[in-house]
Amino acid sequence: MWIQILVLGSTLLCALMAIRASRLLVSALWLAGCSAFLALSIALLGAPEVGVVELSVGAGLVTVIFVFAISVAGEETVGVQSVVPRPVAWTLMALFVLLLAWLCVPGLVAPALPRDALPFLRALWVERSLDTVLQVAMIFSGVLGSLGLLAERREAGSVSRKAGEGAAP
Amino acid sequence: MNVNIWTIVMVAVFGLVAMGLYGLLIIRNLIKIVVALQVFAKGTILIMVAAGAMSGKPAVGQSLAITVIVADTVVTVMALALAIQVRRWSGTLDTRVISRLRR
Repeated sequence: MWIQILVLGSTLLCALMAIRASRLLVSALWLAGCSAFLALSIALLGAPEVGVVELSVGAGLVTVIFVFAISVAGEETVGVQSVVPRPVAWTLMALFVLLLAWLCVPGLVAPALPRDALPFLRALWVERSLDTVLQVAMIFSGVLGSLGLLAERREAGSVSRKAGEGAAP
Repeated sequence: MNVNIWTIVMVAVFGLVAMGLYGLLIIRNLIKIVVALQVFAKGTILIMVAAGAMSGKPAVGQSLAITVIVADTVVTVMALALAIQVRRWSGTLDTRVISRLRR
């Protein structure tokens, strides 16, 4: 239990530093730390498969993509004055957390139901196979969409020049 | 009050979600907004696993958590590609500068 408290506290600390850091690269690295601690916490909660996926995707792939995006877009420090006034932001945040607590706390105090014997792999690949298909479709659409967004337009002059060279002989 | 492991997990979930939402409302840098969205999604992943375990159906909660991880990663990739294109188009990542609605 103390290990779980320590790991979850480290997760919260890393998330806070990721939000507060002024440099983008530092923020991305704190986010990677947050993801790694979260993966450890999920594994300690009894879901090591989800922890492994979170560690490899959340702490690995997403960090690499963040570093790539920051190196392409450039480091830029934007002023701290926000569009939304801070009291409004605090009020909305408190309201959201209260609503979440109203949803979650009855589940906390209710007696635990008997565990079903559905194995995780069967749940992922058989019971929720629609989710898996949707995930594959989502990955492909994400890759194609980001390729389309990051592609640079070929200049019209170079195309016509090449076509002209091909046609000349 | 009986403090069990799920109470601690809930406190962590509230903290992650609150920080992510506050960041989404306050931050003006487009890439930092994606960082805040990631923090928000990490709270969601944690609550999926915890809700599955608390309701006696851990396998369903875990498979939904994996779905959330994949969807969140795709959203992050698309948002970062959009941020790069916005930076190329307008020369800045500041949401206040690129907003043209008020003119």
